[in-house]
Amino acid sequence: MTFRGEARLWIAQRASAALLALCVAVHLVTIVYAVRSGLTAAEILQRTRGSIAWFAFYSLFVLAVTVHAPIGLRSVLGEWLGWRGRSRDFALLLFAALLGWTGMRAVLGVFA
Amino acid sequence: MATHLKVSVWRGGKDGAFQSFEVPREASQTVLDVVTHIQRALDPTLAYRFACRVGMCGSCAMMVNGVPRWTCRTHVDKVVQKNELTIGPLRNLPIIRDLVTDMREFFDKWARAKGEFRGHATRQDDFAKVRPDSAPRVQADAGIECIGCAVCYAACDVVAWNPEYLGPAALNRAWTLVKDERDRDRIERLRAVAGDAGCHACHSHVSCTERCPKALSPTAAIAGLKREVAMAVLHGDL
Repeated sequence: MTFRGEARLWIAQRASAALLALCVAVHLVTIVYAVRSGLTAAEILQRTRGSIAWFAFYSLFVLAVTVHAPIGLRSVLGEWLGWRGRSRDFALLLFAALLGWTGMRAVLGVFA
Repeated sequence: MATHLKVSVWRGGKDGAFQSFEVPREASQTVLDVVTHIQRALDPTLAYRFACRVGMCGSCAMMVNGVPRWTCRTHVDKVVQKNELTIGPLRNLPIIRDLVTDMREFFDKWARAKGEFRGHATRQDDFAKVRPDSAPRVQADAGIECIGCAVCYAACDVVAWNPEYLGPAALNRAWTLVKDERDRDRIERLRAVAGDAGCHACHSHVSCTERCPKALSPTAAIAGLKREVAMAVLHGDL
């Protein structure tokens, strides 16, 4: 990858980290708040389904994870396994697609 | 204080082994004093490097009880454990023999990071007037006292994991030049230090900063390079 590409990955990693910090905080607070007096799965789904705002928020969360995790894994694969080059980037693209697909499947299941 | 130190010293090349010596304990004794005693009194075939003995030249760095240190300014009192010292060649560099490593890769990486100054001015121009309190000058000044001892390079785990990584010293040098307003190679230098072998490989473990005998912070320099490269990419300069 070119130095420009590497620099862009770094920017994407930092920007997605900032998003994740916000998303994880909101996610945890929401969990604690929502279940403080006990809720069934059916009651949770009743409140979440059809909410455009929560759908947008969790879609953003999934996007941040999809960007952040493969870039971090890229360094791990390079440094620990010596796996570099295009095959690594292709494998990570597949991993990103898997994260995005499973993440959005969950979001659609809860909020759509 | 015991009368003698038990010292294990690396002998041979990469397949070598530690050899034990008994060295008389002295007041205010440095690790370099210990190595010199072994070479002069016990085994003249011991190979090691030193020059200035006062912390200026950066020649005498070695692994002391597993930690990279400048041996001429490291007192035995500070590092001895149970009256024992283990002294080896610097980590992350090929061993030539005993305590001497091949420093070529370390300095070649300074060149790869474009570590040489190239000025705008010609001999006809007046002296550059750089305000000592200007922000770039203050940032450059924070990194310019490097003596090239390679302690940071030996301390860095990323160098061990990624042999192409330029390392803390070369990147620190590049940072001091990026912040030097007289230099004209800023963009070329940012290109040289970006990427998987450059500043973006650093995980900010801070081992370099922890071990630097001159109390510099290559970690801060590398973080600065990441910011400069990011801004240059966003502005379309790279």
